[in-house]
Amino acid sequence: MRGQSRKESLSDSRDLDGSYDQLTDSVEDEFELSTVCHRPEGLEQLQEQTKFTRKELQVLYRGFKNECPSGIVNEENFKQIYSQFFPQGDSSTYATFLFNAFDTNHDGSVSFEDFVAGLSVILRGTTDDRLNWAFNLYDLNKDGCITKEEMLDIMKSIYDMMGKYTYPALREEAPREHVESFFQKMDRNKDGVVTIEEFIESCQKDENIMRSMQLFDNVI
Amino acid sequence: MAAGVAAWLPFARAAAIGWMPVANCPMPLAPADKNKRQDELIVLNVSGRRFQTWRTTLERYPDTLLGSTEKEFFFNEDTKEYFFDRDPEVFRCVLNFYRTGKLHYPRYECISAYDDELAFYGILPEIIGDCCYEEYKDRKRENAERLMDDNDSENNQESMPSLSFRQTMWRAFENPHTSTLALVFYYVTGFFIAVSVITNVVETVPCGTVPGSKELPCGERYSVAFFCLDTACVMIFTVEYLLRLFAAPSRYRFIRSVMSIIDVVAIMPYYIGLVMTNNEDVSGAFVTLRVFRVFRIFKFSRHSQGLRILGYTLKSCASELGFLLFSLTMAIIIFATVMFYAEKGSSASKFTSIPASFWYTIVTMTTLGYGDMVPKTIAGKIFGSICSLSGVLVIALPVPVIVSNFSRIYHQNQRADKRRAQKKARLARIRVAKTGSSNAYLHSKRNGLLNEALELLGTPEEENMGKTTSLIESQHHHLLHCLEKTTGLSYLVDDPLLSVRTSTIKNHEFIDEQMFEQNCMESSMQNYPSTRSPSLSSHPGLTTTCCSRRSKKTTHLPNSNLPATRLRSMQELSTIHIQGSEQPSLTTSRSSLNLKADDGLRPNCKTSQITTAIISIPTPPALTPEERLIENGTLGPLALHPPNFLSGI
Repeated sequence: MRGQSRKESLSDSRDLDGSYDQLTDSVEDEFELSTVCHRPEGLEQLQEQTKFTRKELQVLYRGFKNECPSGIVNEENFKQIYSQFFPQGDSSTYATFLFNAFDTNHDGSVSFEDFVAGLSVILRGTTDDRLNWAFNLYDLNKDGCITKEEMLDIMKSIYDMMGKYTYPALREEAPREHVESFFQKMDRNKDGVVTIEEFIESCQKDENIMRSMQLFDNVI
Repeated sequence: MAAGVAAWLPFARAAAIGWMPVANCPMPLAPADKNKRQDELIVLNVSGRRFQTWRTTLERYPDTLLGSTEKEFFFNEDTKEYFFDRDPEVFRCVLNFYRTGKLHYPRYECISAYDDELAFYGILPEIIGDCCYEEYKDRKRENAERLMDDNDSENNQESMPSLSFRQTMWRAFENPHTSTLALVFYYVTGFFIAVSVITNVVETVPCGTVPGSKELPCGERYSVAFFCLDTACVMIFTVEYLLRLFAAPSRYRFIRSVMSIIDVVAIMPYYIGLVMTNNEDVSGAFVTLRVFRVFRIFKFSRHSQGLRILGYTLKSCASELGFLLFSLTMAIIIFATVMFYAEKGSSASKFTSIPASFWYTIVTMTTLGYGDMVPKTIAGKIFGSICSLSGVLVIALPVPVIVSNFSRIYHQNQRADKRRAQKKARLARIRVAKTGSSNAYLHSKRNGLLNEALELLGTPEEENMGKTTSLIESQHHHLLHCLEKTTGLSYLVDDPLLSVRTSTIKNHEFIDEQMFEQNCMESSMQNYPSTRSPSLSSHPGLTTTCCSRRSKKTTHLPNSNLPATRLRSMQELSTIHIQGSEQPSLTTSRSSLNLKADDGLRPNCKTSQITTAIISIPTPPALTPEERLIENGTLGPLALHPPNFLSGI
């Protein structure tokens, strides 16, 4: 699979046929513009970059391409795919956060390399790597520390995924209380923000978190 | 969860990393992947066409055939592939469903074939994607209508044994072809409707003058005759209406139905007239009531399907008709106003008011153009021409819709009739096939028996006689035979055609026709020995009709409901029995024959010069209406015609 790493091979029908008829609407033109096609780097390169085996990469790519035939995922698509796993709740906010975490170069789209890179960290990385990744997810503005507002957004998005019909019923203050308890645990110097060192240190001290990190070993 | 995203499940699970640090309690254990196989390709061989896919693709839908362990039943060890003996075209759609999560319905495929395939693979048709769902539903609805039609006509043809008198009458009214009486009634009422309508028309024709007065219409000249005719017709209609009312399953619904209202309106004027003749004041009103007599012509709609369709069409096109009326009204008002004001100036104009102009507008728009009202001014002429042009357009627009509706409903009816006719032919074919198969069974049974007997006799056998039976057939026959043995009953064939069929199997002619008749005569004199089946001998009718073989009388055995054709064959068989008593050597072998036959038949292919064998069942006579024939060791002299049945052991 030796393809060139072309970010875009755009087929612009407007230039090609030159008969741009303004009467017959621009909807079709939008379709033409959006058929970009992205091909990922070769298998060998991906094998070097990630910790997956060749077969695992093949399986991952097949699944990826099935849902995103154009080779990249944009935010809408991403949200839609993720929402299929949570039919009851509203997972769009959390999906946005995930998207931002995967989209490491912040160009608005997640390519297969980004996708596989993220997965490699989560599924094949060390515990520290995973914690790092989680911190990156929480740090919405990527400034190196998690504020209470950021944490509250994250918490609300997680609770949103549960949906309305839960037992016991969702209380308004539940996310805020949860954030408080989180900060109490994580914020060592009580300065109102959680830095990466505080985060990793606190997590390593917590049995539950460490054990739950082991769950990711067998996902694929 | 759509299976298309099942491949993204690892991602979703990985994304859960965001919850771990904020969780306050430990996470549950993950399910272990016990047999962590590498994903492998599966080969699916469908009628020779090989499809290949990943195992995990199929496992996305574990509650279907391909996704569960059910497919192991179809695994072929030799070729290491899964073999399905099904349609490869539909399988393509099924496999695409696994791949993409969307089930499509190909338009060229027959709906019931498609449904069958889906049912086989365990896929619910409700998950057909939106793109194809409408088409699928339409086709399914058509098919269901067709099935319902079939069922309806089937139910109509079944003879329901316990129909009350009222129900019979209602059926006779609704469907005149059910019995002769219904048909007679149908034609009589039709005739009287015609008579009534014609008298109404002829009544008003001027009939020549009576000297001394002006020309009279026929109605007044021969008023007595017309009155009698009218009375007769009304009598018939009244009786008919009352009978229908009595027979109707739901009287309230019947009274509200359109046809009954027409009936009532058709006969009411007469009765009102009878009541009111005394009062001179209202006789004027009475005369107008007579106009309602014309409604009798609508009674013809019961007799004509086309009329009913027309009425139904108009009803179903009510909205188009309404639109037509509305747009016409709008146009009429507009043009009438314009014409009125245009013609106001001219002298002696006929357009005296706007309502008066309505008449002109209608006549012009429908392109009638009587010419009694004509515009004289130039403006009036201009607007008049615009009016006539637009009239054509406005009227022409809704008409095609109505026409196409009518045509669709009419063709639906035609198709229903065609299907009914086709169904009859199809049922006849099925019946023939069924009797053919049971014949085959009986033939083979006979042949098996005869082979046994022939071996006893030591008669040289001719090879290659008769039809060869396949393994499947022979196994099927064995099965039927086991059933016969289990129940102690035997199969009979119910086809009158068979009794006259001279078999394709060639026979030795052990006796010729005359001898046969002689034996027939003799048999009537003899007693039947060994009445192990007393039922037969207790039927005196049998012996007397024995010799009526040539004459095809329809006689009936007292306790049986068989047609006489079978009776005839019975006679043949019974005579054979007689014949057999002349061969004592065989009777000794009777018991041995019994024994042999008890062992079970060998449905062999060899046969059949000998086409008759009679074995009786030692069953109590209470088991009639099965025939029990007296057992016989008659293998020597045999009939020419193959018997149509024989009783099993």
